Amino acid sequence: MKSSLFEVKLHPKRLKVFSAVASVSILLCLAPSLLFAQISDDERPIPILTGNVGYFTTVDRGNAQLAPEINPVLLLPLGNRWLVEARAGFEGEFERENSNGPYKGVVSKDIDYLQADYIANRYVTVTAGRFLTPFGIYNERLYPIWIRSLHEVPLIFGLGPESSDGAMLRGGFSVTSKANLNYAAYFSTNSTVNKFESDRSTGGRIGFFFPGSRVEVGASWQKELQEERTNAFGFHFAWQPTRAPLNLRSEYVRSHNGSGYWVEGAYRFSEVPFWRGVMRRTEFVTRMQQFFVGEASNEEADQYGLPHGNVRQPDFGLNYYLHDGLKASASYGRWLGTKNWNVWTMGIAYRFALPLGPSGAR
Amino acid sequence: MKLKIAILLGGLALVSAVFAADPPKSNSASSSAETAVITNSTTSAERNREDADTIRAEGEKRFRANCSRCHAAPHKFPPRMMATIVRHMRVRATITDADMRYILSYMTQ
Repeated sequence: MKSSLFEVKLHPKRLKVFSAVASVSILLCLAPSLLFAQISDDERPIPILTGNVGYFTTVDRGNAQLAPEINPVLLLPLGNRWLVEARAGFEGEFERENSNGPYKGVVSKDIDYLQADYIANRYVTVTAGRFLTPFGIYNERLYPIWIRSLHEVPLIFGLGPESSDGAMLRGGFSVTSKANLNYAAYFSTNSTVNKFESDRSTGGRIGFFFPGSRVEVGASWQKELQEERTNAFGFHFAWQPTRAPLNLRSEYVRSHNGSGYWVEGAYRFSEVPFWRGVMRRTEFVTRMQQFFVGEASNEEADQYGLPHGNVRQPDFGLNYYLHDGLKASASYGRWLGTKNWNVWTMGIAYRFALPLGPSGAR
Repeated sequence: MKLKIAILLGGLALVSAVFAADPPKSNSASSSAETAVITNSTTSAERNREDADTIRAEGEKRFRANCSRCHAAPHKFPPRMMATIVRHMRVRATITDADMRYILSYMTQ
């Protein structure tokens, strides 16, 4: 388990090459920043405290579970090119004791990311610290409860690592007038520090986004550099048709611990010709997902939040956007495994954003 | 192995730096409007209405293409808050530099 990152001895010649490459790379990354124009005071970014709060009730196999949570996000911009950002998670899980006793449970506390970003140029952002692992699209983009269309995370969510400690290069840029490329490549060290646990691994993600058709396709890869040194890979697809208020997303992941996919469609009733005031705030969501068990033991499956056997689960949900950032949700899903049961979810999520300084005139 | 990873990352940074030092030339109406956005942060008051409308329309288009893929449209925040949020989203959602500038311009108008 213990990391060997700092134990490897390099040959003196290789060490020189390594130092030279690293030095030149850092210099070349930093130099272009001097070419960029300064921004005016009116648009100078300020620190922000944002995040989301939510309260959800899930009825799974007939057992009600109460799940309040708060995820504060601190954004601290420094100068024209730096951003320090952090997100913590305080998530409660309360269930009745012996089915009819008082609700009892625990509140888990996590640091999802605590990272420093340096926007070196229009092609590269250098990130160091603890960051969300760039594997697929759900973990980085869709995880916050005010964003996700269905409250329950996909069955395959546990197949990819949530957070990593190390360094990452990432960016997005136009490769042609009709296509953008986005990428992320990272190296993570092994850490057993409380709240900063991570595995020694490397990997990355590459995606192509076509703004005209609003289609994104991409692939991810991850290699564990410890224990069984396993590989994981995944593919993602997203499409937001311009002609309809529809959002389609999907992911496929295959790893040592299992494999599976999810396909999700969210339709906003903004074009329905009746009850416009209500319908334009209403979204219907459906998701089909499947998980195929891998080499993980039951203990490992519990650790990663994975099912113990092969499972299919169709889900249907409704979201109602009461106000900007305030969303009420309800969903129904049917767990189809060795035993079948219903999964009901209902709750509310709110996204807040508070300036920590003079925010400027609108 | 570590050396290979370091060289790979170094090479990636080097290539990106070379690209940054030689930005692509404008070759379309879109890229000329892009140039306008890039330079408008200090001269927006001097721009004529036609340019402002073009930039606003392009900003809205890019907002819908990039931001609406993941979440519902937020209301517009004050400019300095929006600058932070857009920088955060540039990193999080790997939005391109040009898209970021258009979206920031749209969201602060």
